[in-house]
Amino acid sequence: MTIPRYWREFQHRYRLIGTKCPKCGRIYFPPREVCPYCHRESIGKMQKVEIKNTGKVYSYTVIHQDVPDFKFLKPYLFIIAEMDSGVKVSGQLVDVSPEDVRIGMPVRISFRRIREEDRAGIIEYGYKFIPDE
Amino acid sequence: MVGIVSYGSYIPRWRIKVEEIARVWGEDAEDIKSGLFIYSKSVPGPDEDTATISVEALRNAMNRKSVKDVGAVYVGSESHPYAVKPTSTIVAEAMGFTPEITAADYEFACKAGTAAMQSVMGMVESGMIKNGIAIGADTSQGAPGDALEYSAAAGGTAFIIGNDNTIADIKRTYSVTTDTPDFWRREGQDYPRHGGRFTGEPAYFRHVTSVAKKIMELMGTKPEDYTYAVFHQPNGKFPTRAARMLGFKESQIKQGLIVPYIGNTYSGSMITGLSAILDIAKPEDRILAVSFGSGAGSDGFHIEITKNMEDYRRENAKAVWKQIESGKYIDYAIYTKFKKKIKMGD
Ligand SMILES: [Zn+2]
Repeated sequence: MTIPRYWREFQHRYRLIGTKCPKCGRIYFPPREVCPYCHRESIGKMQKVEIKNTGKVYSYTVIHQDVPDFKFLKPYLFIIAEMDSGVKVSGQLVDVSPEDVRIGMPVRISFRRIREEDRAGIIEYGYKFIPDE
Repeated sequence: MVGIVSYGSYIPRWRIKVEEIARVWGEDAEDIKSGLFIYSKSVPGPDEDTATISVEALRNAMNRKSVKDVGAVYVGSESHPYAVKPTSTIVAEAMGFTPEITAADYEFACKAGTAAMQSVMGMVESGMIKNGIAIGADTSQGAPGDALEYSAAAGGTAFIIGNDNTIADIKRTYSVTTDTPDFWRREGQDYPRHGGRFTGEPAYFRHVTSVAKKIMELMGTKPEDYTYAVFHQPNGKFPTRAARMLGFKESQIKQGLIVPYIGNTYSGSMITGLSAILDIAKPEDRILAVSFGSGAGSDGFHIEITKNMEDYRRENAKAVWKQIESGKYIDYAIYTKFKKKIKMGD
């Protein structure tokens, strides 16, 4: 990711900032500019909301593929979490072994390093999921 | 009165046992355990660093009490992720405090966090800010095979300091500083060096005990007037001996003595012990807290729990001892991978 793009996306990656449609109340993450249900009536009216950081595992997959940025974490879990507010958010689940994960498991957001350009480059931070016991 | 409005700690989940490190280096684990009074230490995950630990500790503090009107954030550490670029900016952004806030990183070996606390106290008392944040966090490094490898650990604690609704008043702070070469790391070096036996008497014990004595003199208190005492914890032996030298009993230091299970979290060390005490303290309890940083200096605090502690939501974040107990053990091979001690190809 380029530095300008990473910098623009700080907010929603650091704090799980989504948008809420004022007409139907649906919450979107990543943030959307337009509600796909209310279309024109939502344009320019979408509100920023901070999504509460707890939820549960809705679905998961174990990734064994050799991705350079995640070499130190392999094999790792990628999940779709259903947050308490109802919105579904996808991301990595860490601090738990693949054999211990289950559907419905409580998770919460944790602030982690996502990747770094190289040893001299910028460090990218963002959210991951961790078990919430 | 200026004091702690909220607090939170974060200890990474992973642990390595003394036996496992001793096995690799052909040393006697029992010898080390009885010598250092350390059984295991915390290890950060490969995606954790001082910035992530600081954010997690501060989120725990904010979950207990959501404090508005934060004017400063200072992060004390000797393992800031960047040599040039502040950790405090990352923390401020992650918490949504930017842009109207002042921020900086602090450095003073293991007492950078308490130096940050004192700065915030002064800013609050002068009326410059309403509330401020002081964090001490580290992911410390010991050279492979060095005695420090058994203790160099990761963790951190955040304090929100203000004048209103304090759960613990800080009635006095006092410091001692000298130029003492007991422990250092030169720019560009991966691992620190220490002055061996020199780290004990002229460094740790001299600074810690003189600060503790002076605070008791200034407050007109004696060891038995404190419910709890907590001292910097480079290992289990030093704080236990300092407590004994000063006349404190084991029952006063037990709650805050966390180093035997998670190791020395450097800038997070004493303040995470203090956090463990705040997890159970009751109104009117008195706490004597003294940090130590090599180089060298000590900051001491006389703290009294207020009535506000009764309505404070401690249960909204995991207690320190609960975090200590939920650790998962890894072996030395995984440890070297997590700590990125393996030399990778291009
Ligand atoms: Zn809508």
